[in-house]
Amino acid sequence: MNLVDLQRKYMTSSVEEKSAGSGEAGHCGRDVRSDVHVAIEARDSGGLEITMQSRVAPYYGDSIVAQARQVLDVLGIKHARVELRDEGALPFVISARIETAARRAGLGLGRKASPETIALPEPSPRDRLRRSRLYLPGSEPKYFINASLHGPDAIILDLEDSVHHAEKDAARILVRNTLRAVDFGKCERMVRINQLPMGLEDLAEIVPESPDLVLLPKAELPEQVSETDRMIGELKGRYGITRPIWLMPILESALGIENASAIAQASKNVVALTIGLEDYTADLGVAKTPEGRESLYARSRLVNTARALGVQAIDSVFGDVGDMDGLRRWAENSRALGFEGMGCIHPGQIPVIHAAFAPSQAEIEKALKIVAAFEEAQQRGLGVVNLGSKMIDPPVVQRAQKLVEMAKRMGKA
Amino acid sequence: MTERAELVQNAAGRMVPAMVNGKPQIPYLGVAKYQPRGRKAAPPVRSSKDYPDNGDKRVPDLETALRKCGPRDGMVLSNHHHLRDGDRVALMMLEAAAKLGVKDLLWFPSASFPSQKAAIELMQSGVIHHIEGSMNGPLGDYCTQGKMRGLGVLRSHGGRWQAIQDGEVHIDIAVIAAPTADAFGNADGSHGKSACGSLGFALADSVYADNVIVVTDNLVPFPCIPWQIQGNNVDHVVEVDSIGDPAKIVSGTTQITRSPDRLRVAEYVARFLRDAGIMRNGFSFQAGAGGIALAFVDYLRRMMKEDGVKARFVRGGSTRYLVEMLQEGLTGYILDGQTFDLDAVKSIASDPRHVPTSPFTSYNYHGKGSFASMVDAVVLGATEVDVNFNGNVVTHSDGRLLHGIGGWQNCLEAGCTILAVPSFRDRIPVIVDEVTTLTGPGELIDVVVTERGIAINPRRQDLLDAVKESSLPIRPIQDIKAEVERICGGKPVRPKLGDRPVAVVKWVDGTVLDTVWQVG
Repeated sequence: MNLVDLQRKYMTSSVEEKSAGSGEAGHCGRDVRSDVHVAIEARDSGGLEITMQSRVAPYYGDSIVAQARQVLDVLGIKHARVELRDEGALPFVISARIETAARRAGLGLGRKASPETIALPEPSPRDRLRRSRLYLPGSEPKYFINASLHGPDAIILDLEDSVHHAEKDAARILVRNTLRAVDFGKCERMVRINQLPMGLEDLAEIVPESPDLVLLPKAELPEQVSETDRMIGELKGRYGITRPIWLMPILESALGIENASAIAQASKNVVALTIGLEDYTADLGVAKTPEGRESLYARSRLVNTARALGVQAIDSVFGDVGDMDGLRRWAENSRALGFEGMGCIHPGQIPVIHAAFAPSQAEIEKALKIVAAFEEAQQRGLGVVNLGSKMIDPPVVQRAQKLVEMAKRMGKA
Repeated sequence: MTERAELVQNAAGRMVPAMVNGKPQIPYLGVAKYQPRGRKAAPPVRSSKDYPDNGDKRVPDLETALRKCGPRDGMVLSNHHHLRDGDRVALMMLEAAAKLGVKDLLWFPSASFPSQKAAIELMQSGVIHHIEGSMNGPLGDYCTQGKMRGLGVLRSHGGRWQAIQDGEVHIDIAVIAAPTADAFGNADGSHGKSACGSLGFALADSVYADNVIVVTDNLVPFPCIPWQIQGNNVDHVVEVDSIGDPAKIVSGTTQITRSPDRLRVAEYVARFLRDAGIMRNGFSFQAGAGGIALAFVDYLRRMMKEDGVKARFVRGGSTRYLVEMLQEGLTGYILDGQTFDLDAVKSIASDPRHVPTSPFTSYNYHGKGSFASMVDAVVLGATEVDVNFNGNVVTHSDGRLLHGIGGWQNCLEAGCTILAVPSFRDRIPVIVDEVTTLTGPGELIDVVVTERGIAINPRRQDLLDAVKESSLPIRPIQDIKAEVERICGGKPVRPKLGDRPVAVVKWVDGTVLDTVWQVG
């Protein structure tokens, strides 16, 4: 599917599926926070009739109604009954939900009601620190606004497994608005798209907002990467985006692991390889254990391939958010295998992972001594580096330099 | 209130009624500005010969006990709230009074709870004239809608003691729910099926009321050991099947917040105490039982262990977390104002280092000093805080009554007062230009900790200096406020409050700090 086909499909599908002229989006209820339920019913005449209930009505009621009018205007909707039941949704969520309900009603097609965009952060360097990446379900707006406060190296706005099939369209619009309106501070802004071809629709919505990195799930063949990369390139060209959008394929099957090398080489924008262990162990027909013996081969092979091709090796997530000791053991083992980071599904996992991937004080001190000895030898024009009575081999110096560099980036040296 | 009260402006710039429930008031004058004179109030002289020589003061039921005290219209009846939402005695008392045909009572609980909403019917039928004590839930709504005949008077725990002690409120009959008591009237809260820990809130009532009735569901032979309430102050003892619902008196286990954002606030608070050098050997702190406060205790405890630091004492609101610190030797003592969970009740009943206190020792304005000002740091919540560090705990931002003051105002005396709050709740910013209801003056509030950063009151240059080298996100309060307003899509509209007072907020010295206005 190319971009033109895709746009055609994506602009007409809703009309074909929903001729009734009504649509709903978002959630409300006593236990719902930071979301809004929007119901839109198209009308032939009579203008806009907007009703609004909100737990923040005394403070933002007028502003919510004004925003709804503005969004409907941008979407070109002149006549409709619109009902908003708000649970304290922030403005970027309100506009996403209205737009989704409108599209589901077959209204405003081909138009976007994107919120004002905040300044983009600096482009992400290819080899930046990627110790932790925090998954945020793309359909749960309440998690977005404070996610970066917990200090992960990256956040992932997830459009894939954490989003119900019926909510894919809503999540796509919400994630697009989130990329525009939410300040993620120093975090790298990642999006996990769906498998192709649905992933291509995701790209059409999110690439214009310049995510720093796209995670491609269930990567098994290099063609999946190249097609994704081509689509990103096309969209970047169309929207005049020059900053990089990196790729991180997720290998989640035996075939994916076998093809790791080809996958990593399928695009120069691949900066890291990672593994999805739930699907991988399912593919093997084995149980996933806390020690991870069953995936040792796959993980080691991934590390080796990544090293060979100069991309980062990133581990899977640790699924039990209550077991911090288990997480610490997993992460320490993961670093020992050669991984440079892993995924998180709860902010509480972040400090544990950062501690596990950080070099120890003793390691840092030793490395600093080696680097100092090397620099001294360089200054004196000596070819051989000595530390005490020991001669230091060049690879040891290299490793020490890498470790010192890493420690500096983590603020530890 | 049918007639419109005359309003005067107090030292905080707030308009407050000059008269409250027929009594002239002193508007708030500023922190530590009001110096009352005169003598303390006292109950009438009694003779021990008028009480049974065998010490048996039992009467068959509460109605009989009230009748013996000489009920009359317009009198003041009091209760304590150590049984919290599980209490059965207060309603038992009010209904017995109704049966006796008494009208226009002033009900003076140390706090009221949603389970006591039947008091609304007693207000409608004229038995109760008005309530002076914290109100929330249905009673709070009844008051803020302006349906109560008198003005609500909100006092801190210390302020309630002050009002009793200087005679601002004179209790005619105190009815004290007691988880354990003997027939002489000695009573205690740490044992029995309805155990609630400390009975400190009832102490003033027992000493200053004209008549004192103890109601228990665990009558033990004399002596009731230990006794926090002395039988020598007690007129009558009533035995009943149940004084309360144990499941609602204490929670089985207190839960730390699981919200990552609130945990972040709690961690910042603990790190602040450490980095500012307040967490040091021999220090002391107080934290309540809210989710953030509990999590703070857990973080602080870990940091104290790491750094080998021990506290001399901690003040509670006691919970499992403080009890574990006591058991681990991280604190020498728990000085306990109220006991929140089963572990804490067990501890206060068995560990001599876990000591029940009262608002007299901890908070009282008319005491010769109070513990509150000797505590190094206190961690409190708030519904709103403004850019001048003024705090609100009693109303929602829309003006409806939400909480009692509790010990909050009294705790502001601590060496370092910290408000630990999320920067916004459901799109509603917590940091505002001006608090809806002033409950605590900004000059006593030193630090506001949110998940987006920590604001230190510019009056506390010493604290600003102390954390200069810290990696904590120290930011001006205006800066955090501006960020939150950006996130929330602009400043919230200020809700329009009515122009009719429905309650007043007293400062710790008995002066009137602010007015709660009618809503809806």
